[in-house]
Amino acid sequence: MFGIDWETIGPLYVRAFGQTLYMVSVAMLAGGLAGLVLGTLLYTTRRGGLLQNRLVYNVLNFVVNLIRPIPFILLLAFIGPLTLAVVGTQIGTEAVIFPLAIAASFAVSRIVEQNLVTIDPGVIEAARAMGASPLRIILTLLVPEALGPLILGYTFMFIAVVDASAVAGIIGGGGLGDLAIVYGYQRFNYPVTLLAVLTIIVIVQLVQVLGNALARRALRR
Amino acid sequence: MVRFDGVSKTFPVGKQTVVAVENVSLTIEQGEIFAIIGYSGAGKSTLVRLINGLERVTSGTVTVDGVDVTALSESKLRPVRSGIGMIFQQFNLFRSRTVAGNVAYPLKVAGWPREKRAARVAELLEFVGLGERARSYPDQLSGGQKQRVGIARALATSPKLLLADESTSALDPETTQEVLRLLQKVNRELGVTVVVITHEMDVVRSIADRVAVLDRGRVVEQDTVFEVFSNPKTETARRFVGTVIRDRPTSGDLTRLRANHSGRLVTAQVREGGRVGAILAGAAELGVSFEIVYGGISALQDRSFGSLTLELQGPDAGIDTLLLRLREHTDVEEVAA
Repeated sequence: MFGIDWETIGPLYVRAFGQTLYMVSVAMLAGGLAGLVLGTLLYTTRRGGLLQNRLVYNVLNFVVNLIRPIPFILLLAFIGPLTLAVVGTQIGTEAVIFPLAIAASFAVSRIVEQNLVTIDPGVIEAARAMGASPLRIILTLLVPEALGPLILGYTFMFIAVVDASAVAGIIGGGGLGDLAIVYGYQRFNYPVTLLAVLTIIVIVQLVQVLGNALARRALRR
Repeated sequence: MVRFDGVSKTFPVGKQTVVAVENVSLTIEQGEIFAIIGYSGAGKSTLVRLINGLERVTSGTVTVDGVDVTALSESKLRPVRSGIGMIFQQFNLFRSRTVAGNVAYPLKVAGWPREKRAARVAELLEFVGLGERARSYPDQLSGGQKQRVGIARALATSPKLLLADESTSALDPETTQEVLRLLQKVNRELGVTVVVITHEMDVVRSIADRVAVLDRGRVVEQDTVFEVFSNPKTETARRFVGTVIRDRPTSGDLTRLRANHSGRLVTAQVREGGRVGAILAGAAELGVSFEIVYGGISALQDRSFGSLTLELQGPDAGIDTLLLRLREHTDVEEVAA
């Protein structure tokens, strides 16, 4: 069917699909959480913030700006030694997840910061006027108040991580991107490339639809 | 209840320092509704935030219910804030929480157990007349309803003091009256001391017992509402009074009056128990005739006040005698030609 040798490609496709999902979901989970903490810190330590702290803000801001512009394919190579130290190997799917989570957390931190900035400062002042501590405000108010836009931001990030995961192949991480390059592009087997691309498009569409629906629910619109 | 002693507050703006509040001393008594009026930028919002420590003084002391809040650290201030309610111009409700969730929040902060919270929330929503809307979200409410939720939320922990920062400025006149009546009910039925920050003299007239007029960070006048309305002593206070009481002719009115009336024009104050009418009744004996050409009499805190502008015609000696008699009882101003 479609000029694809399913007997050979079938199992490879299933494996690649699983690898992409595995890489993306673990990286999103870890990077999403780390990014939430980092973004909240950026937001709260900025001038006029709940935990205003110039030094902390400037350092965080600098580090985030330092890591973010590095193209993922270079980051993958660049933090290899750190990956080795943390994961125990520099090749394979697990070895991709670590840099993927790092890249995601820094990107997510900006998304979180940008969305928290849109919270009406009056709402935070009201909570302070009730005697709420900064920690309570951070834990019980900030995320719920910005939930709708945050969900959209995370949806955007998920898609960016799917995009980044396509280069996993260069360190033997596998995934749909690797399948498309190795079994499609390099073997002049266009249908396999098309299959991988279509699969990625379907994943992205599904996630976007889900994200929009959840965000609409959070915004009650 | 609240005492300001020589309080100043300055903000650094770039390399300059802006004085928001300058050497303010005033006392707000327990159980009263105290208004602070001023134009935008006069420092009223800063002043009210010094009470619950949302802003910290630069110098001076603020005492709330016997506690010097200016001496407390941020963490020691939190329990104090928990005992002071605050409502805002833009309501500042939590959009992610229902009406009941908003009202319950300060109770959670104060560590109330869940069962007691639910009962208290129901009681508060009943008090502000929103018992039916407990499960609504703030987006689904009108401005007046939002502010009533704000009031319920501010009263949750049974504070003795309520700070209302421009609480009706975002509302239409009818809703404003509705919210003001509720604040009055809070004051009378619950005995809560209310501090009202406003730029609308109508708000002061409607509910306040006493008022302080703030101008560029300084309290320029401070008295009972009746005194300030009937006898404003500063230009700022006169301008504020003039926004709601229009018994005195403006310069435009005077030009018109001059053109239409050839006699002498005088403006006489009318006070409770005044005898302006009785004295004017004797004008004819002096060969003087009079016509009322401008004026108005209002009542405030159950007392009348106002002014009448009169055109007097007749011999100068007679008019002078009449003015002398009037001046024995009230202030009379001859309106310059």
